[in-house]
Amino acid sequence: MRRMLVAVAYVGLVSSALAAHHANAVFDLGKRLTLTGTVTEWFWANPHCLLRFDVKSDSGDMTHWVAETQAPPNMTPFGWTKQSFAVGDQVVVTLEPVKNGQPLGRILEVKLPDGKTLVAGNGLPPSSGDTRP
Amino acid sequence: MNPGFRIRDLGFVRTYGGAGFSRPAITAIAIVTLLSPVLLGQQGFRRTPGAVYDRDFPGKKSGPAPKRDISGIWEFANGGAEGIQADGAKAIPSDGKPEHELPFTPEGRKAFTNNKPTYGFTQVPSALTNDPMPGCDPQGFPRIVLHNAHHEQILQTTTQVVILYQFNKKWRSIWTDGRKLPSNPEVPAWDIKGSPPPEARFWGYSVGRWTDDYTFVADSNGFDDRTWLDNAGRPHSDALHIIETYHRVDADHLEKTITIDDPKYYTRPWVALDKMPYRLQSASLEIPEQECVPSETAKYNQLFANPAAK
Repeated sequence: MRRMLVAVAYVGLVSSALAAHHANAVFDLGKRLTLTGTVTEWFWANPHCLLRFDVKSDSGDMTHWVAETQAPPNMTPFGWTKQSFAVGDQVVVTLEPVKNGQPLGRILEVKLPDGKTLVAGNGLPPSSGDTRP
Repeated sequence: MNPGFRIRDLGFVRTYGGAGFSRPAITAIAIVTLLSPVLLGQQGFRRTPGAVYDRDFPGKKSGPAPKRDISGIWEFANGGAEGIQADGAKAIPSDGKPEHELPFTPEGRKAFTNNKPTYGFTQVPSALTNDPMPGCDPQGFPRIVLHNAHHEQILQTTTQVVILYQFNKKWRSIWTDGRKLPSNPEVPAWDIKGSPPPEARFWGYSVGRWTDDYTFVADSNGFDDRTWLDNAGRPHSDALHIIETYHRVDADHLEKTITIDDPKYYTRPWVALDKMPYRLQSASLEIPEQECVPSETAKYNQLFANPAAK
């Protein structure tokens, strides 16, 4: 058990360091969830963009998730735009959830219907394409 | 949370055995250990389309610095994310480390305790914050540089150095016509005839001078004490005096240093930004728009910040 805690703490420390410039007390730092859902809204806005999407459980229950990114100017360098999502898009969202169990989190990356992946860039390097001129 | 959701938990914590590390756990730790320097090295590196950074010119030496010229569009030499300091001033972040403890006076410490930031060592959940910025109140100077700095465009006229900031599309004027700062910032009274009436300002009152051909120094006072110095809730009083130093290193580089001098709240001056390197950009580079929009902020708070803090 002690070793497990050490391992958890270690991974947590590294994860929080990676996300340090966007750390916040509400997030379960280091935890990752991957959710498959349907986009209901893409809110391209300050101070954070919001992706709203519905996730259906195996039992048929629907949960309405809300996940944030950083502000638009911080997302465009990583390929995100106001047109990145359309209502009805099937997406696979990897996020860091909040601590309190609400269906909320901050996005690490989103796999789009065409198979491309948008990376949020909040501490992790973009996985696709360098925009170097 | 309904356990029936189609959730794939990517956290490593569920793979550990009780008596010792399982093979997946060991593998995961090894991968994280190996990758962490790489990931940390690229942490938040952000490339604005069209911008150039030092990494684009390995081994290339810049030309000589022009004299008395800091004009141009400037971006952080090591990537756009260099300017985002969620946990407070870059040179002395609010991380609980003893060496980063600020030299508070008793009054300053009380003001810091009263501030409830959502980042830094004394962070609180968003719903409990009294940070003036999330409601789109002015971020002011120096917070715009110590927290949410992006591109800056510097213009020089015969009487001013003007700095245009991306965040919230703000600007500051630094007078270079020889005028002096208000003699008593607690009861501001501008020292020249025809100057505007006394007032405390979110952006302060600034005058600047060249101390040599490559160094421009600006002094500011007359600040409204409702703003915070940085994102971690460091306070300032109405006695705040800021010294900015811009050093033109060479044709492509500018270094900025910001020193905080506030005798009411701090027992000695302290450096908040220490020779932050900027790189000159093309004069045609587009600076993105970034506004604080009250209606968007309200929706964000309703949908995310408030329920996240419950």
